[in-house]
Amino acid sequence: MTQRVKFYQTGTFTVGNRLLDAESRTVQATVERNNSLTSGHRACQGCGEALGARYAVDAAMRACNSQLLCVNATGCLEVFSTPYPESSWRVAWLHSLFGNAPAVASGVAAALRAKGRTETRVLAQGGDGGTVDIGMGCLSGMFERNDDVLYICYDNEAYMNTGVQRSGRTPPGARTSTTPAVGPHPGNVFGQGKHPAIIAMAHDIPYVATASVADLHDLEEKVTKAMSIGGARFIHVHVPCPLGWGSEPCNTMRLARLAVETGLFPLFEGEHGEVISTTPIRRRQPVEEYLKLQKRFRHVIGDPQALAAIQALADRNIRRFNLVRENAA
Amino acid sequence: MLKQIEGSHAVAEAVALCRPEVISAYPITPQTHIVETLSELVREGKIGSCQFLNVESEFGAMSAAIGASAAGARSYTASSSQGLLFMAEAVYNASGLGLPIVMTVGNRAIGAPINIWNDHSDSMALANAGWIQIHAESNQEAVDLHIQAFRLAEELSVPVMVCVDGFILTHAYERVDIPSQEDVDAYLPPFQPVQMLDPADPVSIGAMVGPEAFMEVRYLAHHKQLQALDVIPRLADEFAQRFGRKSGGLIETYRTDGAKTIVVALGSIVGTIKDLVDELREQGESVGAIKIGAFRPFPLAELRSALSGADRVVVVEKDLALGLGGIVASNVRMALRGATTLVYTVIAGLGGRPITKASLERTVMQASKDALEDPHFLDLNWDIVDAELARAKEKRRSGPIAENILRDIGLMGRKTG
Repeated sequence: MTQRVKFYQTGTFTVGNRLLDAESRTVQATVERNNSLTSGHRACQGCGEALGARYAVDAAMRACNSQLLCVNATGCLEVFSTPYPESSWRVAWLHSLFGNAPAVASGVAAALRAKGRTETRVLAQGGDGGTVDIGMGCLSGMFERNDDVLYICYDNEAYMNTGVQRSGRTPPGARTSTTPAVGPHPGNVFGQGKHPAIIAMAHDIPYVATASVADLHDLEEKVTKAMSIGGARFIHVHVPCPLGWGSEPCNTMRLARLAVETGLFPLFEGEHGEVISTTPIRRRQPVEEYLKLQKRFRHVIGDPQALAAIQALADRNIRRFNLVRENAA
Repeated sequence: MLKQIEGSHAVAEAVALCRPEVISAYPITPQTHIVETLSELVREGKIGSCQFLNVESEFGAMSAAIGASAAGARSYTASSSQGLLFMAEAVYNASGLGLPIVMTVGNRAIGAPINIWNDHSDSMALANAGWIQIHAESNQEAVDLHIQAFRLAEELSVPVMVCVDGFILTHAYERVDIPSQEDVDAYLPPFQPVQMLDPADPVSIGAMVGPEAFMEVRYLAHHKQLQALDVIPRLADEFAQRFGRKSGGLIETYRTDGAKTIVVALGSIVGTIKDLVDELREQGESVGAIKIGAFRPFPLAELRSALSGADRVVVVEKDLALGLGGIVASNVRMALRGATTLVYTVIAGLGGRPITKASLERTVMQASKDALEDPHFLDLNWDIVDAELARAKEKRRSGPIAENILRDIGLMGRKTG
């Protein structure tokens, strides 16, 4: 195959395995998939994080011949997967604390180095709060030491597990339980933002990527690529949350795609501190199309000033990462 | 091999003899010399394939030790004071997960006001975190306790904190007998984890546990501590057989036969107390001493039995439970519950205040006449306290207390004690 197949005909990136030859299909589409996060867990209907984790961990498992040890931060993914005696994990899995998953993973990687078990790899994962807020110090340390850990952040843009409180990744204007939609400036503040992939790149680590459950092929490819590299690696995955966003469970994929197509969640890869590729937006959408499907932004829709401010953020991403290109295919 | 060596270097050599596989550390005085020495030993390849992780915080240090231990590696870290508090969440987590990590605590005061000198506030703050906590009297015992600690931790699958008085021991040069690798290997078998992360046998570790089972899980953690009451003396005996000297154990009695007054303490101050006991015995006073070796588990039965002949107990402790008094004394009272023995609390040596033999003698003699207030603050300068209280009463915005007192004293580093 000389040209990558694109799934324009379906209007979505989520289907189309049947159009591909067996080699190009997703790990999830194969019977050999590990089902690392197997069925029966307690995630909400339409949970983007469960979907992202399922694809990511299975891809990582395949990439290392199932020689994988997983470390999980406290959060939705941890709670919905392991209400003991039930566990949805079909991988070796350790949960320690909310803010220490990167450091625990560093310790696991150090143990493997000490024992000469270099074929066994380490995957750490957490939500946005566990990654960009309470876990930032440990994450930065793991990056700076270049420990052999792939860290995946599933970003649903608030502390969903504790009841939708604001995190450092909550977008401006969004209503959460600690940024209520009341007063003259409803919802989250228009602050500076916090971009973990860019923070990761500032450590000059070998590989950084952003990904979205809107494009699961791309997510799997990025995980697979990350697993082929040694040292500290980081993937930031955008995962809609029907509960926290006030969206219909059936809209999870649509919202993830709109976040990408508006420019609010740019997809790119970086190596050693430099952006090496960005994914162009095929059909650019105004941010209102994304916001109007979410109750957390309901107050924004009637507020032209807030809408313009959010559109400006999207526009800036598009400029910064050159997301709208002539002849973009 | 006998060496004239700094306490921290001796501890580092002892840890190295235990063949750790992962050491994670973040610097804090007075722990630094221990981890500096270990980093050098690792770099020189003298601890096999051991990995030394320079982490970003104490929280990271304990977390890395958790990950390493869960992956089946013998794991070690060291900390002190603020560092121990900064890692507190992970300290509890390590014991909750049943991971046999060994940590040296170079005991140091906790601020504010910031203070780098020795007392036991740090390890006391985490005494109930599910770690076994043992205290060294001397640098020789510090060496020996670390070797016992790895064995103890791994036998019970519980983490062990070895407390070594900051500066007084960590920075003191003493003659120390460093055991041979052969003897340590014979005493300490390779680490066989009870549970570990293994791709071939994938288990979930660290699951959520609700009200239906949490009590039982916590009880079993307590049960491990109770088991340690048997294991600690056994390992100390085995140690004595192989290495030819007595170290560790739950408690050590010193000239308590027929003693009407028994002084109880832990850590390096016990040496001074033993000298005092010798002098008082020569003067015909009926005084003995008991060293508490294991603060957790707390040896209730052993203490009760050892104190049974005494009329009074004087607990000398380097900590202060604000709003209560003595922590060790409270524990000793629990050992004596139902008995009529008087227990005096002597709060001493906070933030490195010297505990002199003369002050101790005066205090113990007052107690032996039952003329000591409880708690007693050894060598507390009441003039300074009263002056600050008066200032605070006179003026609402009277300023920061510590700085006011330092200004009153007038001279940094004025001789104390």
